[in-house]
Amino acid sequence: MSNTAGQEITLAASGLSRRYGTNLAVDDISLDLRRGEIVGLLGPNGAGKTTTMKMITGNLAPSAGSVSICGVDLIEKPTAAKTRIGYLPEVPPLYKDLRVDEYLRLAGRLHKVAKPELGRAVDRAKLRSGLSDMGRKLIGSLSKGYQQRVGIAQAIIHDPDVIILDEPTVGLDPNQIREIRALIRELGNEHSVILSTHILPEVEAICDRVQILHRGKVVFADAISGLRQFRGGHSLQVSLRRPPPQEELSTAVAPARAEKVGDCVFRVMSQPGHDPTDQLVRASVERDWGLYQLSPAQASVEEVFVQLTRQDTANPDTAQAPAGASPDPEATT
Amino acid sequence: MIFTIAGKELRSMFTSPLAWVILAFLQFVLALIFLKQVDGFLMVQAQLARTPNAPGLTEVAIVPMFGVASMVLLMSVPLLTMRLVSEERRNQTMALLMSAPVSMTQIVLGKYLAMVVFLLLISSLISLMALSMLAGGAIDTGLLAANLIGLFLLGCSFAAIGLFISCLTTHPVVAAVLSLAVFLGLWIINIAATDPESWLHLLSLLKHFEGFMNGSVAVTDLIFFGLLIVTFVILSIRRLDSDRLHA
Repeated sequence: MSNTAGQEITLAASGLSRRYGTNLAVDDISLDLRRGEIVGLLGPNGAGKTTTMKMITGNLAPSAGSVSICGVDLIEKPTAAKTRIGYLPEVPPLYKDLRVDEYLRLAGRLHKVAKPELGRAVDRAKLRSGLSDMGRKLIGSLSKGYQQRVGIAQAIIHDPDVIILDEPTVGLDPNQIREIRALIRELGNEHSVILSTHILPEVEAICDRVQILHRGKVVFADAISGLRQFRGGHSLQVSLRRPPPQEELSTAVAPARAEKVGDCVFRVMSQPGHDPTDQLVRASVERDWGLYQLSPAQASVEEVFVQLTRQDTANPDTAQAPAGASPDPEATT
Repeated sequence: MIFTIAGKELRSMFTSPLAWVILAFLQFVLALIFLKQVDGFLMVQAQLARTPNAPGLTEVAIVPMFGVASMVLLMSVPLLTMRLVSEERRNQTMALLMSAPVSMTQIVLGKYLAMVVFLLLISSLISLMALSMLAGGAIDTGLLAANLIGLFLLGCSFAAIGLFISCLTTHPVVAAVLSLAVFLGLWIINIAATDPESWLHLLSLLKHFEGFMNGSVAVTDLIFFGLLIVTFVILSIRRLDSDRLHA
């Protein structure tokens, strides 16, 4: 299988739509996934991430569109297709009154792991998700982080081709988040992984590709590097000891624009193909602004995210704002 | 796969104290009734021996016990069926079953099978109590068998209806109360009918169970219980399927 890595399509979803009454929750989403690839589904709350994942895993029937897992149609042959999917829903489906081992054995049996293989499958899933010495514990007595791991172990116990994780790091502490991310990256070596999140650094840290959803539509689909490039232009952060008025700075760096972000701190946003650094340094020396810090603003997906997801909202100003606009505090949490 | 799900249901039934409490309660109440009836039989035994065609030990002691057992089932089956589906919904564990390669029919049949096994356990405990009479006398095994079949079918019908009601709600307690109300309503629905030929008699669970208590296993009663069970199991499957389609 490893020689076809990056070649074989494990999951193909096309034209998926889902209607709740009159509300179109997911509108014509298509998604292809290859072996060894990690795709991030990104979007604000209510964008349709969970609905999409439920349709891909057969928990919800799509109003339109088709899903095939390794060439098996999910709607026509649900049982055959479902043996190839591992799914961790937003709330891990844990029976709190079972022990970890009992639960994983049950999950294995449900996913048609053969009886002689079951013990080995449980041990392997526990080892991969860092639960090796938790087998005897009651799931209800485990901490949230460990419960999340049991949820992941449940999703990988039958060695599925496609692993679907809905917000796998929500509610965990920073250390646990790092561990779960490392685990997901490891899973991505052999399996195809789709994960949903509204945390942008997570996508940057783990995923190979990203699909940004907004109001049920795909507004962006590309590799992570493409996402960074998507930012319209560059921005510089400038600190001046004796700052001039914003308009004066703006004219000095034209056609770039300057924006005041702090007492002595400005952000200079330029168009692609134009670098205002030289202009800025020259102007600062000539007019004695006392430039003491000049740094390229962090190339962040957050800005792109805000820009993309606000495009069709009522406020045209925000939609047009270049990448340097201060990110939505909600989107960064 | 059905057995895996049934096993899981039985395990969670017996890890919670509820199943044990119900079994203990049932045994306690039935033993009390049984002892009282046996006692009464011993008191009047001498007179009965002189009357021709008098009721025997089975009629006097065992049949009333089954009457009480049916009432206890009516009250306890809702407590067992309430959590079958609604609790999975509430804890959002349904996703484990829904995303596993298991059909909705298998899920429902597995859950129903767990209830059937539990009812078999109850029936066998009751029959053991009745069979203990063999130590000191003879019993009418035909009448006992008819009663057991009747009680078991009645329990299975309760379980099917309870399972369906559990599919309707996310609150186990609502499911229990609703099931109890429906059982009671079906039990005594024939009271509403003044006409002895009324069709309401056909719906009454009590009417159909009475036949078994008198020792007659009628095909019509068997068909009635069979249809009731099949209908509600199918309705449960349909209901869960519609969750996936419309929820």
